[in-house]
Amino acid sequence: MSERIASIVPVLLYLALSLGVALWARKREVQSTSPQRFIEEYFIGGRSMGGFVLAMTIIASYTSASSFVGGPGVAYQLGLSWVLLSMIQVPTTFLTLGILGKRFAIVGRKTGAVTISDYLRARYRSDTVVILCSLALLVFFMAAMLAQFIGGARLFQAVTGYPYVVGLALFGITVVLYTAVGGFRAVVLTDAMQGIVMVIAAVVVLLAVVQAGGGMGQCIATLKSIDPGLITPTGPKNSVPQPFILSFWVLVGLGILGLPQTTQRCMAYKDSQSLHSAMLIGTLIIGFMILCAHLSGTLGRAVLPNLPAGDLAMPTLIVELLSPFWAGVFIAGPLAAIMSTVDSMLLLASAAIIKDLYIHYGLHGNITRLSPEKLKIMSFGSTLTIGFLVFLAALEPPDLLVWINLFAFGGLEAVFLWPVVLGLYWKKANAAGAIASILVGLVVFFALSILKPPMGGIHAIVPTTLAALCAFAAGAYWGRPAEPEVLRLFWGKMQ
Amino acid sequence: MQANDTDKRYAQANKEAILALIAYAFYFIWWYVCAYGLGDGDPELYSYVLGLPAWFFYSCIVGYPLITLVLWCMVRFGFNDMPLEAETEAKTAAEAKAKHKEQV
Repeated sequence: MSERIASIVPVLLYLALSLGVALWARKREVQSTSPQRFIEEYFIGGRSMGGFVLAMTIIASYTSASSFVGGPGVAYQLGLSWVLLSMIQVPTTFLTLGILGKRFAIVGRKTGAVTISDYLRARYRSDTVVILCSLALLVFFMAAMLAQFIGGARLFQAVTGYPYVVGLALFGITVVLYTAVGGFRAVVLTDAMQGIVMVIAAVVVLLAVVQAGGGMGQCIATLKSIDPGLITPTGPKNSVPQPFILSFWVLVGLGILGLPQTTQRCMAYKDSQSLHSAMLIGTLIIGFMILCAHLSGTLGRAVLPNLPAGDLAMPTLIVELLSPFWAGVFIAGPLAAIMSTVDSMLLLASAAIIKDLYIHYGLHGNITRLSPEKLKIMSFGSTLTIGFLVFLAALEPPDLLVWINLFAFGGLEAVFLWPVVLGLYWKKANAAGAIASILVGLVVFFALSILKPPMGGIHAIVPTTLAALCAFAAGAYWGRPAEPEVLRLFWGKMQ
Repeated sequence: MQANDTDKRYAQANKEAILALIAYAFYFIWWYVCAYGLGDGDPELYSYVLGLPAWFFYSCIVGYPLITLVLWCMVRFGFNDMPLEAETEAKTAAEAKAKHKEQV
């Protein structure tokens, strides 16, 4: 019993710390005198992020339960080849910031946009585009948040021995509360702290595994004697063929530009120096963290060779190799990864309901009809409600949402990638192109993912991206061009 | 719209976006050549660095600090500071920066 308590103490401390950071962030919030001001505070923190926080929030929103449990679990089965695959995620921060960073920051300020939907509305002036994107965001985010909650609660159960519901309640309530109360500032500050916890957790477990395996050289020798395929770049029995692994350069490399929870950060930083340092910090930290976590999974096979399922690798390694206290510290890592993904999604889902749908269609865009107090209560309420719904769903997970989550990452990319990128860089991008690209992208992605035609190991996202691009070009060619006013606003000179 | 009406910051931002793509291409080539160039043969014949197969050491352990270094050079020599504010605010920011330079 005392072991159980020892493992839960670091988790409780960590959750309390998250709440504390959120409350502290709330104190720093600038008092809002107008509804517009409140929106800029609650949903984007007054565009005040510095370099370190910007880097950490992009990493933390991007990395999730799969970086700590699912990914290392596959690495346990497929060896170094899967670590090689995971390292494709290294460019995510610098690519997002380098390609979208400055343009988004400038455009966001010119148009007053605080979410990706705001930007799309200003750029395409099309209700269809905004509603399609907002709905896609709500559906995929709800499914993704649910999967994160379930993953976190199961891991908690496996490591601490407390029931599923206890873990779910503990971190579910914490994350929903601090997000609702603290808004964007709380989300990014807790992200920064969670990022640090994630790095510590990844290092601790890697060191423990290498030590238990008798040093790095010995671990690799053991792996080689189990199956030489574990130490090749193509995996045991060529299970990670090149067309498959190269698809991930499209899925996570280019595709990251289509994830609203990370791209929105490009509107929220303070100045260009913050962006420059975030590109460097972010690349180094995400590389280090992903390497440690996945390598632990691979080398774990040399320590515990006979686990029935890869997903058990990380929880079992932690329980076997670490003292209960350190197991608790480690468990805080994946919990941090989960919470930092959920909080960003929660806030953006709430923004989609309040800003993109309610203010625009309920109030016909006339925000002055709301007092700042009322807007505040509604925003808290909507964040709380969405969080609570996801929490309820995680108690008794509905099959449909679990199924949708399999497609959340690719689906978001299919919807957002081209409308976001081409809207920024191509003057001919128009509403018809955006709508065509969203619809074609979704249809192709779901058709290929469900029907699974033979494609020589290529991931469904590759043809999806190409088809969506062609559809966009066709729409831009035949549809009505963007209004000159929009082009002036987006490309026009500073006065 | 005439080219000279375009927001001047965009030319620089485009240049930086291209640099980011070049960094992406560089990382890809490094990753690919090290992993499959050194690792495609028979595992019995692998050479090792610090206990790890050489292909893995160079592609995964060396790759990400190396790309960070490349990015540092790019940011240092290719990226410029620029005001992000729209219109009037941009002016005050530029003025503030000029003032700051004078003081330094």
